[in-house]
Amino acid sequence: MTPNAKPKFAMYWAASCGGCEIAVLNIHEKILEVDANFDIVFWPVAMDAKYKDVEAMEDGSILLTLFNGGIRNDENEHIAKLLRRKSKILVAFGSCANEGCIPGLANLSDSRELVYTAYNTITTDNPHQIYPMTSYDVPEGEIHIPTILPVLKTLNQVVDVDYYMPGCPPESKQIAAVIDLVISVLEGKAELPPKGSVIGAGNSTVCDECKRIRNIKSIKSFERIWGIAPDSSLCLLEQGIPCNGPATRSGCDARCPAAGAQCIGCYGPAEDVEDYGARLISSFASVIDSNDPEEIDKILDGLVDPTGQFYRFNLAGSLLKAGVPAWKKEKA
Amino acid sequence: MTDQFEPTIIGFTCNWCSYRAADLAGTARIKYPPNVRLIRLMCSGRLDPTFVFKALASGADGVMITGCHPGECHYIEQNYKALRRFHLMRRTLQGFGLEPTRVRLVWASAAEGAKFASEVASFVEEIRSLGPLHWGKNNGKDDVQSPTQQSKPEIAEVPA
Amino acid sequence: MAQRITIDPITRLEGHGKIEIFLNEEGDVANTYFQIPELRGFERFCVGRPVEEMPLLTNRICGVCPEAHHMAAAKAADAVYHIDPPRTAKLLRELLYSAFYVTDHTTHFYALGGPDFVLGPDAPVAERNILGVIHKVGLEIGGKVIQARKYGHNVVEIIGGRKVHPCTSIPGGLTKGITEEQRKEIEEMGKWAIEFAQFSLKLFNDIVLGNKAYVDLILGDIYTHRTYYMGLVDENNKTNFYDGKVRVVDPDGKEFIKYLPKDYAEHIAEHVEPWTYLKFPYLKKIGWKGFVDGKDSGIYMATPLSRLNASDGMATPRAQEEYERFYSTLGGKPVHQRLATHWARLIELLYAAERWVELATDPEVTSANFHAIPTEKPTEGVGIVEAPRGTLTHHYVTDERGVITKVNLVVGTTNNYAPMSMSINKAARSLIKKGTMVTEGMLNMVEMAFRAYDPCFGCATHSLPGQMPLQVTIHDSQGNPLKVLRQYC
Repeated sequence: MTPNAKPKFAMYWAASCGGCEIAVLNIHEKILEVDANFDIVFWPVAMDAKYKDVEAMEDGSILLTLFNGGIRNDENEHIAKLLRRKSKILVAFGSCANEGCIPGLANLSDSRELVYTAYNTITTDNPHQIYPMTSYDVPEGEIHIPTILPVLKTLNQVVDVDYYMPGCPPESKQIAAVIDLVISVLEGKAELPPKGSVIGAGNSTVCDECKRIRNIKSIKSFERIWGIAPDSSLCLLEQGIPCNGPATRSGCDARCPAAGAQCIGCYGPAEDVEDYGARLISSFASVIDSNDPEEIDKILDGLVDPTGQFYRFNLAGSLLKAGVPAWKKEKA
Repeated sequence: MTDQFEPTIIGFTCNWCSYRAADLAGTARIKYPPNVRLIRLMCSGRLDPTFVFKALASGADGVMITGCHPGECHYIEQNYKALRRFHLMRRTLQGFGLEPTRVRLVWASAAEGAKFASEVASFVEEIRSLGPLHWGKNNGKDDVQSPTQQSKPEIAEVPA
Repeated sequence: MAQRITIDPITRLEGHGKIEIFLNEEGDVANTYFQIPELRGFERFCVGRPVEEMPLLTNRICGVCPEAHHMAAAKAADAVYHIDPPRTAKLLRELLYSAFYVTDHTTHFYALGGPDFVLGPDAPVAERNILGVIHKVGLEIGGKVIQARKYGHNVVEIIGGRKVHPCTSIPGGLTKGITEEQRKEIEEMGKWAIEFAQFSLKLFNDIVLGNKAYVDLILGDIYTHRTYYMGLVDENNKTNFYDGKVRVVDPDGKEFIKYLPKDYAEHIAEHVEPWTYLKFPYLKKIGWKGFVDGKDSGIYMATPLSRLNASDGMATPRAQEEYERFYSTLGGKPVHQRLATHWARLIELLYAAERWVELATDPEVTSANFHAIPTEKPTEGVGIVEAPRGTLTHHYVTDERGVITKVNLVVGTTNNYAPMSMSINKAARSLIKKGTMVTEGMLNMVEMAFRAYDPCFGCATHSLPGQMPLQVTIHDSQGNPLKVLRQYC
């Protein structure tokens, strides 16, 4: 054990898409600084260490673990708990680990229904109605696949989390800034923020970073983004395009509105927002220009999917966490 | 004392109209069911949808929101905000699988004690008929067995 | 006592998987099971969402190739609205897509599959990765790899709004166009990319083809299978990643079918097994015959190797030269050796770079006509692109408001699940034999069997079964189910 051994670093993906890994690789040359300052001991996308190697490590021996992906099955939960034991600092990295992200939308359905959908699509050949089994006897022995949990959970719903880094994925510029901070801390030049902080993001909302001009909003109708030719200099919400900027945390430079697309909320709730969807309901409702119930209903008909609009990324991490079908099972 | 389900209902009432209506019902000795826990807001426009979601997530079976009649808001127009939020919130909750009648919006002036009481009574019966919500009681908790965590089944012998 | 070896998780790919290797009493491989343990449920939870969100939602199926899902979704959404986007929109989308291909194939060769060749299959675990590659080949080459990815992602950001999870495709086109200044920047980066692709092919030549042990590995029987091959082709039967018809050739290289996206369900079906969460696509007209090679088995592959086998050539000159050299070196078409996929991938890298410059120099690419508002009622649509890992199909049905009522996705890597299982099985049987000591390097060589396919299991595992009924299926010796016992809970 060399006295100058580099601190250990790990990155793991649970129910994720790999975008967070790519965002880390997109710090480009900075990856060499990570290599110079850390001993990367576990990172399945890029290197060959296996679960058994992590199990063999001493508790607390990994200084920093970036954990992305939601907790969808019992393997995800097991590895989350394993990495919590083995790591000093555990960061919920990216929207999935923070708030469930898009796979969290599965929480609106009974998870059993999902088997019927997947295994009965138009191209699926399943006349004997075979479904995956978590434990199955093949001639040579018993093989297993993980159990899907009834609802998808966020990382902090299963283990204690030290820091939260939002974004789907976190922008590489922010990742680079966080790496710089960590290296400074290692060199004794800076202090870590208080435990439980959100890192790598701003304190305000996307609207603050958006360059579009904002006037008084008074919406007479909601529009579909493909249905009009929006003015590229004006606020999208003002033009009736449902943009989630008002409740979404800053830190992304408002790239999507800059590119002509509405903010879909991937950076999660802004500071002090307890329920992201509730905040958006409040702000959208406030700017609708009508006091007549019938007219209000007609305007709201333009929002064809309010649940998805307001909880696209945040469902699993919201106050309600899941829809009724996800947890209300019929008694046998 | 019957065994029937007693709904738990949170009522967000505005200070100037509906809270006074509730008071009036009380002083006029108009009975209404005790199932509603009232929380006073200065104005129905203060209602943050977060309050409603928190109430439901914490065990409420229904939520009632009351305010001044349109045009009579003490703060001029803010009850219209409540109206719009209520509509949008109800549509959102429908996407969660929640029956739309579990959240109700009522306009009641300070003089309408009887109306207030009868709205509460009818809302309690509505919720009683819908049944308890028990939000998230089975929601990913460890004590609920996921049907996939079963012991291996016996293999029946196929007769020759 | 018969032994069991578990590789968990598989590494240097996108997604999750594990391999169970069962040995018999003698120590030979009895069987292998390549299991996919993850599922998220896109086909269910996208129901109820507006179709214009699909390019954004399906991005999150895979963050390594979101551009592929974004484009397939965009094309399917166009089809739902029965609209043909303006030419400028199609140019920009394909330009973004070509630049993305450069980043993705670069990432795979240098970071995922490449380390096995640059460092050797049984190099120490700690070195066998992208950082080990950079340490070995030097910072200058490492810098080039980083720059290739940087340039490609810059183009994705300019046209798509973000580097990961682009946001600009909508039904009818795009939300923005590009300026002349941006176009020039894109062209310059593309020219550099062509040089980088040629450099990578030369590197492959020197390090891999110049090493007899590797050549033997590539040509050897361990990693060889004779199956059908699938790829998108343009009207000249040349490989195209963004648009065209799906062409399938048989193990002898003859065209078997060629179909339009909207007809995919007539030709593809998915077989189910109870020990994994992923299904096994096969050619419907041939049928599922099990995990076997040959013309009578419906199993097909969809990878860079397949695309080259399924096409009559590459549509750009330098790539076409490499295509010809590839086949003349390996003894003609089709090539069945799966490790040759790494070489085919670099030829595609060159094509993507050349196409990048071709599209960037098209006079209409900077036009402001990048969107046409759909006017027809939405119904149903299919969009197909070639994801780097295989043919990607998105099929949507919507209601009259354009809200999704049904989704079917047949994803790039899923096409290859059966071939990968077979490759792993064959590699394991060849390497692990009675009397051999199983080393970590040997297990890595079993993993190399799937790495050539550049799998993306985030993509493959979009579907979610959740909780299932208990079921026991009793099979006869031919594998036909005899009796099914069920217990619902």
